[in-house]
Amino acid sequence: MSATTIFGVCAAALVGLGLYGLICHRGVLRKIIAFNVMGSGVFLLFGVIARRGGLVVAGAGPTADPVPQAIVITGLVVAFAATVLAVALLLRLAQATGQTTLDTPAPPPAPTGDR
Amino acid sequence: MSLALSVFTIVCVFLGAVFFLAGTLGLLRFPDTLTRLHALTKADNLGLGLVVLGLLPQVDWPLGALKLIAVWLLALLAGATVGQVLGGAVRPPPVSGAGESTP
Amino acid sequence: MSMSLGLVADSFLALLILGLAVWTIAVRGTYAAVVGFVAYGLLVALIWVRLAAVDVALTEAALGSGLMGLLLLRAVACLPPDAPAPASGRVGRVALRVVVGVLCAGLTAVLAAVVLQLPEPAPSLAAAAAQALPTTGLGNPVTGVLIAYRAIDTLLEAVVLVLALIGLWSLAADGAWGGRPGALRTREPGAALVLLAQLLPPVGILVGIHLFWTGANHPGGAFQGGAVLAAMWAIVLVAGLAAAPRVDGRRLRLVLVVGPALFFAIGLAGIWWADAFLGYPADWAKPLILVIEAALTLSIAAALGLLLAGPPASEPGPGGQA
Repeated sequence: MSATTIFGVCAAALVGLGLYGLICHRGVLRKIIAFNVMGSGVFLLFGVIARRGGLVVAGAGPTADPVPQAIVITGLVVAFAATVLAVALLLRLAQATGQTTLDTPAPPPAPTGDR
Repeated sequence: MSLALSVFTIVCVFLGAVFFLAGTLGLLRFPDTLTRLHALTKADNLGLGLVVLGLLPQVDWPLGALKLIAVWLLALLAGATVGQVLGGAVRPPPVSGAGESTP
Repeated sequence: MSMSLGLVADSFLALLILGLAVWTIAVRGTYAAVVGFVAYGLLVALIWVRLAAVDVALTEAALGSGLMGLLLLRAVACLPPDAPAPASGRVGRVALRVVVGVLCAGLTAVLAAVVLQLPEPAPSLAAAAAQALPTTGLGNPVTGVLIAYRAIDTLLEAVVLVLALIGLWSLAADGAWGGRPGALRTREPGAALVLLAQLLPPVGILVGIHLFWTGANHPGGAFQGGAVLAAMWAIVLVAGLAAAPRVDGRRLRLVLVVGPALFFAIGLAGIWWADAFLGYPADWAKPLILVIEAALTLSIAAALGLLLAGPPASEPGPGGQA
């Protein structure tokens, strides 16, 4: 048992949890949050692999492989940009239709008489 | 001397942790938002203050100590502001005139 | 096998985060889910510290928890509550949840099995990265990977931020084009918020610049510094001390592209100077990297701040319609 194992299993659980929320929630904002939970699970798996690959430096604290770390930093920023775009699309959807879910919209109340 | 400093650190950090525990208990058990905020800010201000005080003898003078104190001051500022903003959000609007009979 | 104190703390942290994640996914209200997610992000930053990835921890705390929290809270405040699910098809939905739950648990089990069977010794590029680091003049290997070995990723990422901003702005209503983003405006900012917005930015700007500067040799860098600077801008916008700039301003657009453009230009020049796209000539590596990072910090801060500020909102421009 080591810290990387604990956090690795934790990350695996986060990926499953996030995917479940992404599929099962109706509200789009809930889906976005769940997607970010899933994403952080994936990033943490990278972190576990980075920590395992750390150099042992005499006299210094624990280290981690910088390559996965840099990829995660890139990923965090891209995930943020994608979330901003998703939220903006959702706000526009709500503004245009009053809807906050991806359900098939109910047919609009047809104006009676002029058809 | 270093033993005395270590004891000082342990006592202060322990007391700080007690404040955090009490604050968390208050956050979970108090009946309404304002009293919960009170519990939380007490824990943050005093608890973090004691932890920082306890750690001061363990860091380099003066830079490390100044950093720790800056962290505490910033947490005070943020905690006070959040308390004000949340309190303002939940406070009922001031009653004007007779009160109950408004339509 | 006895567990050390560190492992006990790590297990506790992992359990706390799992519990918070379950709560965030399962809780009924969307607002509660957002609050849970912000707390979750802060705790995940602690995991990054425990994994010896302080650079990532800084990014996660500033971006994944701080700025993301502001974004999501604003969205919750703007959205109407979700319409209740139609009563028909209830049995089918429960059955679907069970199936999805089983499949997701299976995915978790597979990933956990992979984690438990990771190869020993662990494959690593850490030694190679450390070996070539002196040629860049940097002391922080993560910054070395971001700005030298994998510079193409970082360049594309800086471009992605600009593209995301273009996507966001293109969601504006036709009449609002060219106006000021208004999503962060508060109707009546309280006196305490205004005081915070006056006291904090001088300190925060210093911290942001420090994070960028120290990133060459210690944890930090352009993204972390830029995120802190963007947060300071956001506080000023929320407190109403300044309005967001008009999105058709030329100077604003210059600030947005100066980082990626300079990065690209120096990268192109590398073809002649250093025989490789995005290569640096040996004697000039450190100053060139610092120039790129400074410009990137500025552009990233502006892009992140504008991403938070939302699409341009309708307002009468000079000569436009009310």
